[in-house]
Amino acid sequence: MSGNKPRTLFDKIWDSHVVERLPDGTCVLYIDRHLVHEVTSPQAFEGLRLAGRKVRRPDGTIAVADHNIPTVGPRTPADIKEEDSRIQVQTLEKNVVEFGVPYIPILDVRQGIVHIIGPELGISLPGTTIVCGDSHTSTHGALGALAFGIGTSEVEHVLATQTLLQSPAKNMLIRVDNTLGFGTSGKDLVLAIIGKITTAGGNGHVIEYAGEAIRALDMAGRMTVSNMSIEAGARAGLVAPDETTFAYVQGREFAPKGAAFEQAVAYWRTLPSDPGAVYDKTVVLDAREIAPMVTWGTTPGAVVPVTGVVPDPSAVTDEAARAQMQRMLDYMALTPGTRMQDVKIDVVFIGSCTNGRIEDIRAAAAVAKGRKVAAGVQALVVPGSGQVKLAAEREGLDRILLEAGFEWRDPCCSMCLGMNPDKLTPGQRSASTSNRNFEGRQGPGGRTHLVSPAMAAAAAVTGRLADVRQLG
Amino acid sequence: MDKFTKLTGVAAPLPLANVDTDKIIPARFLKTIKRSGLGVHLFDTLRYDAEGKERPEFVLNQAQYRHAEIIVAHENFGCGSSREHAPWALLDFGIRCIIAPDFADIFYNNSFKNGILPIRLPRAVCDALIEDAKLGGNARITVDLERQVVVRPSGEEIPFEIDPFRKHLLLNGLDDIGQTMQHVTSIDSYEARRRADQPWMPGTTAA
Repeated sequence: MSGNKPRTLFDKIWDSHVVERLPDGTCVLYIDRHLVHEVTSPQAFEGLRLAGRKVRRPDGTIAVADHNIPTVGPRTPADIKEEDSRIQVQTLEKNVVEFGVPYIPILDVRQGIVHIIGPELGISLPGTTIVCGDSHTSTHGALGALAFGIGTSEVEHVLATQTLLQSPAKNMLIRVDNTLGFGTSGKDLVLAIIGKITTAGGNGHVIEYAGEAIRALDMAGRMTVSNMSIEAGARAGLVAPDETTFAYVQGREFAPKGAAFEQAVAYWRTLPSDPGAVYDKTVVLDAREIAPMVTWGTTPGAVVPVTGVVPDPSAVTDEAARAQMQRMLDYMALTPGTRMQDVKIDVVFIGSCTNGRIEDIRAAAAVAKGRKVAAGVQALVVPGSGQVKLAAEREGLDRILLEAGFEWRDPCCSMCLGMNPDKLTPGQRSASTSNRNFEGRQGPGGRTHLVSPAMAAAAAVTGRLADVRQLG
Repeated sequence: MDKFTKLTGVAAPLPLANVDTDKIIPARFLKTIKRSGLGVHLFDTLRYDAEGKERPEFVLNQAQYRHAEIIVAHENFGCGSSREHAPWALLDFGIRCIIAPDFADIFYNNSFKNGILPIRLPRAVCDALIEDAKLGGNARITVDLERQVVVRPSGEEIPFEIDPFRKHLLLNGLDDIGQTMQHVTSIDSYEARRRADQPWMPGTTAA
């Protein structure tokens, strides 16, 4: 503990989870919640089996299959056509039984992308430590939880010990003043942040997002921002819990209830950073300057406002940076100076742990309403969970989207990374609400432009990277 | 896990920044329930064309680098996903050390768990090592973890920093879980304290 020294939100969560500090400063850090999925867990369970170890805290663990699941047609593990995908899901189902880990079956309405369902079910709570063998675990930081992705060896470590060996991260503050304008969202905000600080700007840091624009975001918007912290290289993202957070958590299935909830809130109110807390790095943005954003390259930091043009490598002085820019343009088949709004697209993907929540589907449906998907464009909407899908159907959003010519699918990670059958074919160009535009991410040879849900819907109905603000 | 003490080998030059984990191993190869056998898919899209034929221009397809044990690259190596399949693929190919100006955090952690040593050195030093590496089989680079130096073919020694705990684990090939198990009584008492302080905290089996 650090006495009376003002502490950040990160410092407080960290300090309260240190089991033991080793002589060189490495800490045995306690983990409250461990989310497990089918892709990064089989080798971890196998490791436990070989060493004769058990899962220390099944009641701090929850498993779900999300990456390999088909989004059309039958969804039970036996129905998965691709053998490797089927084996991976079936292996998870065997492991959760053998090790006594709580599991949400695929046909359960609560099934969905692990980072959508953690908050949705009240499993992710403020002030807790949350890990998962998936880099987008940073999503849960929107609730004021220290949440980060880990590798499979660490998954095994947490299963066996409910702890991790970790060194403290540095503190970084990103303050966004004023509020976002019409047609912009948390997605545009976080893309603008990554464009500013670069994809390595957060390395070694935990980012705390603060300022009026962050406070004004709903939980879905905060989750989108925190989700992409990893794209800025940060270990985790955090938003201090406030009334918006408490109202979101209250009444969720696994959240504390009644008097226990009141006790929890009293504790959560002590978490925000103290006045005078020191950050190793501070970055300030003005939300009024943020337009709808769209990526042009193959890293999320290669981003411009939709009103911008494809940048020109010849303007770059550093030789390696210029070569990298040229490589990205070659891969993306883009010519410097082309207006982003003139770039035609083939596929639209709305979904993922970044933008697969009900608020995202509402934003897409608002643009789609009364319009038609452009000729030659395939547009997929993949809700992040069974509950998101159900809520959207209750609101009639599926009808609006279907009438406009979108495909309404079942929950999965889907075309974010193409581990299930949803992927781009070589040369296809997408407007995607997912988080990574790496080469081949959505399928070998596929070209990805990252955008917000409203921008993705605008791209679907115009067939190009349109400025959603001009659709009215 | 194999120990890492001292390595002398061929280094492959990979002068690219932001070598992401999808480049190291694309998602379609993550559908395995094993750790081994991923080396053939390492850098799949850089290494093979659409028909699956080797691209002769890619460094690891060139005769002198087929047995490379070291990679020298540019900034932000290993960014992107948390997939440990990335270090598994590198290790399965035979890579035991990566030298770059900086690494993405999760990849950096994952490397140590698999006996791969990631070394951070300034960009100018990496560029000098890339020039060395371009000499192929004629230029062996030595990485001495005990002394914390990289030795260039010229004999010049370049010191590097590493956290003492990670160094200890690598030098002795120790498993993290075994280390943490030594602190199990602290974990027990921590859990008891949390139950007393935060009785409201539910479990995932509560509902």
